[in-house]
Amino acid sequence: MKTKKTKMKRSRSNLIFDTVNMIIMLLVLVIMIYPIWFVLIASFSDPNAVSLGKVILWPEEFTLYSYINVFNADKIWTGYANTIFNTVLGTLWNLFLTIPCAYALSKKKLPGRGFIAMIFVITMYFGGGMIPTYLNIKNLHLLDNRMTLVVLGGLSVYNMIIVRTYFQSSVPQELFEAAIIDGATEFQQFFKVALPLSGPIVAVITLYYAVGRWNDYFTALLYLNDSKLMPLQMVLRDVLINNAALLNEIMMDPNASSEQITALAQQVYMAEGMKYAVIFIASLPMLVVYPFIQKYFVKGVMVGSLKG
Amino acid sequence: MEITSHGKWLQKITTALRKAARMWQVYVLLLPALLYVIIFNYVPMYGVQIAFKDYRVSKGIIGSEWVGLKHFIRFLTYPEFKTIMLNTMRISLKSLIWSFPLSVIFALLLNELDNLKFKKFVQMITYMPHFISTITVCGMVLLFFNRQYGVVNAIITGLGGERIDFLGKADYFDALYIGSGIWQGLGWGAIIYLSALAGVSSEMIEAAKIDGASRIQIIWYINIPTILPTIITMLILRCGHVLGVGFEKVYALQNPLNMEVSNVISVYTYQLGIGGGQFSYASAIGLFNTVINVTLLTIVNRISKKVSDISIV
Repeated sequence: MKTKKTKMKRSRSNLIFDTVNMIIMLLVLVIMIYPIWFVLIASFSDPNAVSLGKVILWPEEFTLYSYINVFNADKIWTGYANTIFNTVLGTLWNLFLTIPCAYALSKKKLPGRGFIAMIFVITMYFGGGMIPTYLNIKNLHLLDNRMTLVVLGGLSVYNMIIVRTYFQSSVPQELFEAAIIDGATEFQQFFKVALPLSGPIVAVITLYYAVGRWNDYFTALLYLNDSKLMPLQMVLRDVLINNAALLNEIMMDPNASSEQITALAQQVYMAEGMKYAVIFIASLPMLVVYPFIQKYFVKGVMVGSLKG
Repeated sequence: MEITSHGKWLQKITTALRKAARMWQVYVLLLPALLYVIIFNYVPMYGVQIAFKDYRVSKGIIGSEWVGLKHFIRFLTYPEFKTIMLNTMRISLKSLIWSFPLSVIFALLLNELDNLKFKKFVQMITYMPHFISTITVCGMVLLFFNRQYGVVNAIITGLGGERIDFLGKADYFDALYIGSGIWQGLGWGAIIYLSALAGVSSEMIEAAKIDGASRIQIIWYINIPTILPTIITMLILRCGHVLGVGFEKVYALQNPLNMEVSNVISVYTYQLGIGGGQFSYASAIGLFNTVINVTLLTIVNRISKKVSDISIV
């Protein structure tokens, strides 16, 4: 009798807990989705309707006008092309630096391993800082160079440690022993044994690096001036933060007729509308790709947490 | 005489060298990355000496004159120093206080969802903002909270309220900065705790249920203690960044109207150094920043090691 009572009490409190939890989760979902949903509907709405606050849940006065404007802005496409260039070449460069190094440091018998590992780990906590780094890049003639964004950010020690942990824990050591008996050199052990088995972890860090490169603007802000070299994020910064015009504007003429002034006001609205379209176009590749790659990312976070 | 006394030592070195020679190919694999950190990390560390010099481009790093702690003293006695330090720490600590527990709580609540499909769905949606760039997020903040055109003010006026100038008033800077940070990082920050929660013993939970423990009791007495080491580790790591308020976001959200609350060390360094060409002074500030961060990290790590036996190194 008594146990039945407590059981009922428990299931009732469980029900309350689950309901409250569900409400919280739905609230979180709305908070997460709404900003992105709003960008989408605003980009397909008439800019006037957006600025008057008419767009809340669905597109108002559906139009592709903002998109047509963005498609005509060369700046966006130059930025896109530069970002793709940097991301593809830069990520390959990352893999070239990270994987062999991680493999080498996974060799427990390597003389000097601890010392070399320390050389890398120190850079995680200590560095020259912004200005000495800038001067170094300047001395290397990497200011305003097409290869700057590819070369810089070449090695993330954090990612390297993730890969090293993988080599140590997930590749069976017996395979190496067998290869050594067969007379394999160290190179052969790396290329024929370790590398073919490292697919999952290579996927993880490729994505880490690629997303980081796609979204980076700081490096370009520091080291680039040439507008032809600017990556997408810098173009976005111009448009979204500094309010730079995407298309040529009518200059404000002191003798402007009332029609010209109306046209100018219209342009301000259009510029606002275009911002939503720009955000959507710039984020689209990541938003399309991430559901497929997120499980790899999650894996990376977990492997990374093992190192401690 | 000397050789024999060092005989054992010498022998050790020779064996190590012989072993190293046999493994030369492994060093070759290591070489590109090593050269990379030497060129791009250690050369700037060497260059940090300009913080103690009056750097002249014509004289170079080595040729410039030593001036001791001049630049550090200048920074410490600069009237704005206090404001900049306080801003940096305020923004950093406030973000920590808000975003850190929220990710833990979110992970704990997510862990209680029985419907696995729904759980996966919530996870996927909350990871999404993590993949959007800082610039885009800041752009969205500026658009949404615009006084005239923003959707937030549209909703406020729709509900009968007065328009609020979120971007023009310094008072709202922290809320916008931290709020957008939570939006971007909540789900992603929870991953590590979710994976730690997977390690909670199911037998223990069954036993607790039989004893009549409520869900909240199970969370409080079993789940939280299980993930506590992870929480502490993450907290230590965050403490190493107390002065490392991200440049990118502050710089993008900064405007003349919120300058008094948004001027932080990294942005100040950038403006003086890259913008103003005051290389030595800016380097000194940067070095000051790094030293404090490393010191804090070490102290917190020590304390944690003593108190809870958890440390990162």
